[in-house]
Amino acid sequence: MSNWIDDRFPATKVWEEHFSKYFAPKNFNFWYYFGGIAVVVLVLQILTGIFLTMHYKPDAQLAFASVEHIMRDVPGGWFIRYMHSTGASLFFVVVYMHMFRGLLYGSFKGPRELVWIIGMVIFVALMAEAFMGYLLPWGNMSYWGAQVIISLFGAIPIIGDGLSEWIRGDFVVSDATLNRFFAFHVILLPLLLALLVYLHIVALHKVGSNNPDGIDVKKHKDENGKPLDAIPFHPYYTVKDMFGLSVFFMLFFGIVFFVPEFGGWFLEKDNFTPANILQTPPDIVPLWYFTPFYSILRAVTWEWLPGGAKLWGVLAMGLSLAMLFLLPWLDRAKVRSIRYRGYMYKTALTIFVIAFVILGYLGTKHPAHIDLFIFENVIWAQVCMVLYFLFFLLMPWYTSRDTSKAEPDRVTG
Amino acid sequence: MKKTVALLLFFYSVAGFAAGSGGLKLDHVNVDLSDTPSLQRGARIFVNFCLSCHSASYMRYNRMAEDLGISDEILRESLMFAADKPGELMESTMPVEDAKKWFGTAPPDLSLVSRSRGPDYIYTYMRSFYLDEGTPSGWNNTIFPNVAMPHAMYEWQGNQRAIFSTDSDGNKTFERFELVKEAELSPEEYDDAMRDLTNFMVYLGEPAKLVRYRYGFWVMMFMLLLIGLTYFLKKEFWRDVH
Repeated sequence: MSNWIDDRFPATKVWEEHFSKYFAPKNFNFWYYFGGIAVVVLVLQILTGIFLTMHYKPDAQLAFASVEHIMRDVPGGWFIRYMHSTGASLFFVVVYMHMFRGLLYGSFKGPRELVWIIGMVIFVALMAEAFMGYLLPWGNMSYWGAQVIISLFGAIPIIGDGLSEWIRGDFVVSDATLNRFFAFHVILLPLLLALLVYLHIVALHKVGSNNPDGIDVKKHKDENGKPLDAIPFHPYYTVKDMFGLSVFFMLFFGIVFFVPEFGGWFLEKDNFTPANILQTPPDIVPLWYFTPFYSILRAVTWEWLPGGAKLWGVLAMGLSLAMLFLLPWLDRAKVRSIRYRGYMYKTALTIFVIAFVILGYLGTKHPAHIDLFIFENVIWAQVCMVLYFLFFLLMPWYTSRDTSKAEPDRVTG
Repeated sequence: MKKTVALLLFFYSVAGFAAGSGGLKLDHVNVDLSDTPSLQRGARIFVNFCLSCHSASYMRYNRMAEDLGISDEILRESLMFAADKPGELMESTMPVEDAKKWFGTAPPDLSLVSRSRGPDYIYTYMRSFYLDEGTPSGWNNTIFPNVAMPHAMYEWQGNQRAIFSTDSDGNKTFERFELVKEAELSPEEYDDAMRDLTNFMVYLGEPAKLVRYRYGFWVMMFMLLLIGLTYFLKKEFWRDVH
């Protein structure tokens, strides 16, 4: 039987290449759980999404009520919907952890540049997917969030207004917008994400996984050509990931069953009111996973800039993402892992993480209020934005001057 | 394992931190969805008073009856004033056009108010109406100034006047209420009734809340078991590594 298939389709070959004979370093730690978890969350989002689609109505008149219909009249509907909403937020938690792992152990450095770039494209596609999905419940925050973000395109000179009108399909966010966002959210972007994840893994398996020591495990092989410090992905990492997934799902279902709104961070209070074009919410804030970038957008308040502050805010936000793409070429360090880097990168990364978290926090607050200390939120956002960009812009300088420690020959721990 | 527990705890503490915000000073209400008699009393108040003008148009009568242990007879006799069939949505009979004429605005749907405003808001709001000759309805509310809604339960609560203090800049600050007309209920009885109503409205906002904690408990038990199982499975498989 397996021969019959293998003669016609490389089933065993694929299984061996990617699981039973894919050699992964044996020293993966906590940070290496998140890639696998992200794949499982993507599958879960697609599955719960299919069930939601069976009952949801992408129609401005019916959308909000159809979500409440799912929450009340559809058997188990609330469970499916909370899994989908919790999954969306935890997807970003997992992806941010996964990306931070890359920063810690230099996983973006050669020869893994393409793995990183494809991963960044996944991140951007995920942001688009989340943004469009957030419009679908047609709550008042859905509506105004979309209104604000789409109007950003209006800041682009000459074509701006036409472009944002083209995206909306109308002069304001309306039924036309809802319909096309539904199409993108359930067909275009999930397909794209599935394809990109496939490419991400194919690219990774070509160059092999990095590890917490950041050294090449393929340097030392036994007489059969097996790397000494690596183990087959299956069964070692499949069982290890089963443990990681169990812990993750404990957290996941804890939220689904006990705190699905997560104190307003996962489901916002203002989104329990239907979209109302005449009633702007007091503070229009995106969900937490967008707030670091939203903060950067709002931090640019210098109206004297040519083209106006809004245009430069949009540019700054775009640049803040673009910087991440350039990471493999900005980093000049000889070593990959933070374990063997000098104090400069360690300090820079610490500052970067703190600035990113503060930006995220400030993105949920009103710019003119004082929520930290002494200065208004917008001032702190500007400070953190500068720190955010300095992490990247100064990187070629401080990574080439940093005093790195000697890497071990074989993996440790 | 320790690290994982610490991480889980950190996560849930973030949820608590986020929940504790909001500007208005609200009275805290003790919501308890396991108190079925309270939910039933609340349902009675809701259909008798609120449903005359407001709708709860995402909720069905029979779903409410089933969840709160109300028999079909009682449902039809004393709770279904605005509907013929138990499967109907809880919609007000007041036409929107008339409502706009009478109150200047259409009364909002109440299905989800407990989720958009929170239970403390509802509880405080229902106890904060006061007489005000300056408004069209003759009523005003300290936590929703110039609200279009008149006090629906003034016979229960009695008429109260709001006492404001004025500072040197002429800013008025609310001090306290003063009962000027005797009521059918004592203040304690009225507070209890509003607690029942709020409790019911929390249920109304999310009927699944009645069951999800119970399911959640068993799911958590299962997950703990699974974590233990996969932990030892991993240990067993990894015996020959290192």
